[in-house]
Amino acid sequence: MKIMTCPVNGPRPLQEFVYGGDVTEMPCPDQVTDEQWAAYVFERDGAPGPHKEWWYHAPSGVWFIAERDTGTDEISNTYLYNG
Amino acid sequence: MPHRLLRFGLSKEYNEPRMFRSPEQLKKSYDVVIIGAGGHGLATAYYLARDHGITDVAVLERAYIGSGGTGRNTAIVRANYLTPEGVAFYDESIRLFQDLSADLDLNLFYSQRGHFTLAHSDASLRTMRWRAEVNKHLGVDSELVDTAFIKEKCPHIDLSCGGHAPVMGALFHPPGAIARHDAVAWGYGRGADQRGVEIHQQTEVTGIVVKGDKVTGVQTNRGTIETNKVVCAVAGYTPPILEMVGIKTPLVIQPLQACVSEPLKPWLDTIIVSASLHLYVSQSSRGELVMGASLDPYTIHSTRSTLDFVEGLSGHLLDLFPFLGDVKILRQWAGLSDMTPDFSPIMGLTPVEGFYLDAGWGTWGFKATPVCGKTMSYTVSENKPHPLIEPFRLSRFKEFELVGEKGAASVGH
Repeated sequence: MKIMTCPVNGPRPLQEFVYGGDVTEMPCPDQVTDEQWAAYVFERDGAPGPHKEWWYHAPSGVWFIAERDTGTDEISNTYLYNG
Repeated sequence: MPHRLLRFGLSKEYNEPRMFRSPEQLKKSYDVVIIGAGGHGLATAYYLARDHGITDVAVLERAYIGSGGTGRNTAIVRANYLTPEGVAFYDESIRLFQDLSADLDLNLFYSQRGHFTLAHSDASLRTMRWRAEVNKHLGVDSELVDTAFIKEKCPHIDLSCGGHAPVMGALFHPPGAIARHDAVAWGYGRGADQRGVEIHQQTEVTGIVVKGDKVTGVQTNRGTIETNKVVCAVAGYTPPILEMVGIKTPLVIQPLQACVSEPLKPWLDTIIVSASLHLYVSQSSRGELVMGASLDPYTIHSTRSTLDFVEGLSGHLLDLFPFLGDVKILRQWAGLSDMTPDFSPIMGLTPVEGFYLDAGWGTWGFKATPVCGKTMSYTVSENKPHPLIEPFRLSRFKEFELVGEKGAASVGH
């Protein structure tokens, strides 16, 4: 069974987690062109490698960030969003 | 016949003709280089040679012919999509599939079965009616049917679905079919090969040479080739190729798993799909039940198989067909799906001149194989998008003109 470490609840089976996609920085909607906005909305880094992703621990309702390699599926770090 | 077999067994050489040549060396240059010897790449090569007279073509394949999504899908062919753009495109593909065995002179085991998409709720019944009406309007044979009709066509089904999600009706699509997927790649490959196309297996693309927004060559592990036209047809392996030319897309990769049961006597001659149960099942000509579910829930570039998948799928299969309880799963596998946000492909020209994209094949690539070959070969030869694939252009995202294809497989309704 694959285990992921929730920053609040500790190591839990992967089935308890929901994937939320890459962490992206939203540009200020008033200051970007339509093209830059489209790039923010649609363009993704789809190649295998290290990614910073949103994950959700469903039973406890915790959203957090995981650093994971999408090629090897190794999770190197998980922590709460601090922004 | 027995003598021939005996002679064959005793001979030291392999006497049977091979389906493809294996050219020993790459030439210095080609008119067109196609990356990926799957169904799409080989079909493009075939139609380039047959319909457009372009035979100086190399198809480069990192592994072996049909080793990606082509040999990993569940081989269903249908056209009952939801958007007018999608329906017209996939309908043309079915038309091409129907006489493809004769065209390629190879038995593709193309078998028209009738395709049921079951509805377990009012909401999905509504979507089915919507799809049926769009389909009929565009001339595709498709209709909403009641439970008595389903039971008549598929007597073994438990319409109460174990009591917790009873089937209320279905979208019925008579032209729905299955085919032997690797034969499709082999047939196109042989046809292209016979017309002079070179297929280079175990040839990995390591770089693409771009000079001033124009493609000028391709670097491989077997040397560099000069060319002005490159077609990228590698589906789940697209993003690393796009990094070589600096093109950004919305593609994200998620594995799609599938499995087959041990062979059974023929009992299921329709294709049964339930989006609510995340299940599709058909019986192959070998008797195996070919089954798939929904996408794996997160991005990973790996074709690993999981017990989670088989457990979940078996549970749902037993909801519909409880008598299969003792049947064993024979093998399971996964393929990489390059998903787009609107569940439509990305095809045609790109900002890099001479670089043509055939990607975004997610869970709907196999059924599009012939029409992709036709339209991509036209696009490459004329250097303008074929009208059928115009809506699927890469620039639709920045123009906010998406083609929301909710009729795609493994999309919840």
